[in-house]
Amino acid sequence: MNQFFTVDVLTTTIASGIALATPFLLAALGETIGQRSGVINLGVDGIMLLGAFATYYVELQTGNLLLAILAGTATGTLMGVITAFVSVTLKAEQGISGIGVYLFGLGFSSLLFQKLVGTPLPIATLPPVGIPLLDSIPLIGGMFFNQSLLVYLAFLLVPVVAFVLNRTTYGLKIRAVGENPAAADSLGVSVARIRWSTVILGCTFAGLAGASLLMYGGIFQINLTQSEGFIAVALVYFGAWRPVGVMGGALLYGLVGVVILTWKSLGIIPLSASDLAATAPAVITVLALLFLARRFRQPAVLGRPYEREG
Amino acid sequence: MSERESTELTGATLADGRGDWARFVLTWLALPSALGIALLLGALMMLALGANPITGYRALLEGAFGGSYALSSTAIQAVPLLLVGVGICIAFRANVFNIGGEGQIAIGGLLSAATALAFPDLPGFILMPLVLLAGALGGAIWGAIPGFFKAQYNVNEILSTIMLNLVAVQVMNYLLAGPMVDQSPSSVGGLIPETRVLPASAQLPILVTGTQLHLGVPIAVLVAIGVYVLLWRTSFGFQIRSVGLSRSASAYAGMPVKRTITLAMTLSGAMCGLAGAILVFGSISHRMVTDGSLTGFTGSAGFNGIVVALFGGLNPLWTIVSAYLFGGLIVGGSALQVATGVPSDLVTALSGTIVVLVVSLEYLRRRARAQSMALAGRRAAGPPRLPRNAPPVATGEGGDQ
Repeated sequence: MNQFFTVDVLTTTIASGIALATPFLLAALGETIGQRSGVINLGVDGIMLLGAFATYYVELQTGNLLLAILAGTATGTLMGVITAFVSVTLKAEQGISGIGVYLFGLGFSSLLFQKLVGTPLPIATLPPVGIPLLDSIPLIGGMFFNQSLLVYLAFLLVPVVAFVLNRTTYGLKIRAVGENPAAADSLGVSVARIRWSTVILGCTFAGLAGASLLMYGGIFQINLTQSEGFIAVALVYFGAWRPVGVMGGALLYGLVGVVILTWKSLGIIPLSASDLAATAPAVITVLALLFLARRFRQPAVLGRPYEREG
Repeated sequence: MSERESTELTGATLADGRGDWARFVLTWLALPSALGIALLLGALMMLALGANPITGYRALLEGAFGGSYALSSTAIQAVPLLLVGVGICIAFRANVFNIGGEGQIAIGGLLSAATALAFPDLPGFILMPLVLLAGALGGAIWGAIPGFFKAQYNVNEILSTIMLNLVAVQVMNYLLAGPMVDQSPSSVGGLIPETRVLPASAQLPILVTGTQLHLGVPIAVLVAIGVYVLLWRTSFGFQIRSVGLSRSASAYAGMPVKRTITLAMTLSGAMCGLAGAILVFGSISHRMVTDGSLTGFTGSAGFNGIVVALFGGLNPLWTIVSAYLFGGLIVGGSALQVATGVPSDLVTALSGTIVVLVVSLEYLRRRARAQSMALAGRRAAGPPRLPRNAPPVATGEGGDQ
């Protein structure tokens, strides 16, 4: 245990925990926006896979990191258009259509990976960028202020999304559409248009989340996400539909994941028990769902397509 | 019966050609057209990847249905799909979404393997039913947890089942690498995460020599028929469907809504667990082995079973047909890969597309039905009849009362 509580190990662990939390955070923030407007998107995992693959492929072909991340993000946007059409316009059962999108993303990304890439090659990832002054603070600097730009962006988006949801007209419309679409409709707010925009935004975030996941590992493999997209959906419930709460959940997942890895490599816990330890976040999430289900209320019409009366 | 209902409606709305035609097309051709569109998309993907779609699909058909060996492989592949599919029928009919098939299969497989390891000396006619029951029990437990949480505390079952999948994969990796691992030298002394070869008396016997067709196939079909009877010929099945249509109305009618939801998820899990047991005891290696992922053991049956159930219209009998069809897609997918070099993951992508198409068409179907019902009501000059509520994901012709 003593090897764990050294400055170096702790700094590295927390720093990479934050980096690992980033894909969760991005995907969950996007899902939060959609769910506040009343739409559940269960296809996040598939969209992350497609986004990650697009990023990987463009990076392999062009060597241009910015272009690659943009491609991953745009893939998310494109999937957002499809998801919005199915969930909002065709009013499909969202719990199921999302599984369809997931299977599509899983199958299609594996297909393209094997066909177009074959042998996986590592790619260059975003370099860490120290924030001047802050990164030289002892301990804290190394943990928080020496990350890649994508990590900063993700955490900056937390207050931005919170501000948009709570303090802007657009955010008010999103919440109105998620709580009482009929009332919003009668006031002239287009329920469909708001939901289209939130779903596309959410899926764009999911695409970016896929790109950031790839940036964390630097290599693509089949089913790279290992259900992280589903966890991101659960984190929205975990965070009670509030961006800051969602961030807390993402950090928990990231840190627990990295701590287990570190303990395993330091031999603090035996290899076999690390499997059981790895169930901790999922168990915590189920318990959190259990307690939060009674304390916080979900958006009133979550998962229900809007049908104008009469 | 839906046929009766259709005739009733056709009689009333014959004059309204357009609405009726649309309803007919959407009711009877929705599923085939979903399949057709998906296959067309698949052809486009193959073209884009430089493969000949005709060669590809011919190889797929040949691989899935060409000859007795292919037919039996397809049947074997269809077994877990069918069992998960009928489990999904039960849950979805009660309007609870069981996305946890993957985990339930794994836990079922583990408990059945553990049972066989614990009682290796029992005679086959006791051990075999025992391991199958153990599998069903394991899945039932894994389904009961989210079911109970849903019923009692309104915990979103989609999320809790997905989380339990994540727990199940770690439990499986832990057990197969630790307490249940094969310590013998043939398995490199416990370095490979797999059980030792399970007692031969528990193996599902091969029914047709020269093929892989084992006892699991008739078992799965019988279970599917049993679930059909349960859902449409028993009062418990009526309760499940009633709760699925309206919880408040069922509660008002005095039905135990919470218990029904918990039991529906439990039964749904039991079906998946049984699939896990059959995967273990129908396997060629005669042991349970993990590659570290759920898919490695389940072959994604937990997700594909959803596709199969939807495609079977949430009717266990049609699910038999649909499971065989999708089993064929999976078996044929490998042949397609050999013939064209397009990875068999194409089939997964197509399954996803089919799910999206089926649930999208469902809305159009419901709308066409509501419209023609409203028309029929107006024609009859009586009070307008309310469209009978279809369960949210019902897609086929299972809705007879």
